[in-house]
Amino acid sequence: MFAVENGLQGDPRLKAISDAIRVIPHFPKTGIMFQDITTLLLDPVAFKHVVDIFVDRYKHMNISLVAGVEARGFIFGPPIALAIGAKFVPLRKPGKLPGRVISEEYELEYGSDRLEMSVEAVKSDERALIIDDLVATGGTLSASINLLERAGAEVVECACVVGLPKFKGQCKLKGKPLYVLVEPREFDDITLYN
Amino acid sequence: MSGNKEEEDPRINGIKTKIRVVPDFPKKGIMFQDITTVLLDPKAFKDTIDLFVERYRDKNISVVAGIEARGFIFGPPIALAIGAKFVPLRKPKKLPGETIFEEYELEYGNDRLEMHIGAVEAGDRALVVDDLIATGGTLCAAINLLERVGAEVVECACVIELPDLKGRQRLKGKPLCMLVEYR
Repeated sequence: MFAVENGLQGDPRLKAISDAIRVIPHFPKTGIMFQDITTLLLDPVAFKHVVDIFVDRYKHMNISLVAGVEARGFIFGPPIALAIGAKFVPLRKPGKLPGRVISEEYELEYGSDRLEMSVEAVKSDERALIIDDLVATGGTLSASINLLERAGAEVVECACVVGLPKFKGQCKLKGKPLYVLVEPREFDDITLYN
Repeated sequence: MSGNKEEEDPRINGIKTKIRVVPDFPKKGIMFQDITTVLLDPKAFKDTIDLFVERYRDKNISVVAGIEARGFIFGPPIALAIGAKFVPLRKPKKLPGETIFEEYELEYGNDRLEMHIGAVEAGDRALVVDDLIATGGTLCAAINLLERVGAEVVECACVIELPDLKGRQRLKGKPLCMLVEYR
């Protein structure tokens, strides 16, 4: 579900957020129009809009845990967690987290990767929100949902700044709702000189 | 905070008790300072951010540079609170646009840090943030990147310092602010 479908139609903050994202063509490989959120982070007003919109949505949903996917989920997750009084749990590439971890494999276009979470992260009766900058195939988010559910948490929603148009409407990931702020930007000459 | 023996803010002990020390990670002999347990305590995490924000909000900081990956956890909340831009300093090949890089030695190995061209401008007043300072190699690389584009590095901020590794001396004369020492 996109923000515009859920009460934020015409909200000028969404345009400001979209305008602040830079498109890098053919990164990391030919054919991919990479949605670069680092330019959004250079605009403190637009960055704050992202956090404010997510905080407004989640502050009354009794979220006790915000999980962020390494590495760009580490940028958006903590400000949300801090504002709603939830803990922040990093979901990391293999071998980075010390102590006991659980691990979930997910597919890439060629091959696979793993995501890990500390076993201490989840107590009983946790309501979790998962954050990443962008959702494309949903593979990483699905692995994240699996990790949290295996540890006994209830995943309330997944949230991303950017999402492919296929996530409109009631599209769910492993039965969990998905909330997205903006669609990917197109590459054009204006973007080149941002 | 920092190296001054002023009266310690009562929030600091609360943060210190939440840090988990994991022996022999990532390899034997290393006592790993795990800050993820601080993040599991909303009050301790908030206190960490508040302590830095209180220090920097009136220092005209225009950019907070965070070192991948744990600097991405502490840097953005500070940047948002003080109205500064956030710039991620990343491992090689992660940043999609044109970058400059700086090589450095780690406590255990070698690596490179990259920054987007155009993110930081001449005249920017910068704060560098990471979870921990050990040898100071990564922070020194960060300072170099920022200075190469004409920014002034005002200070480096870390949650934890390992003073025995003398990283403070590798910061090109820049001051360090830390909350917790581990000897």
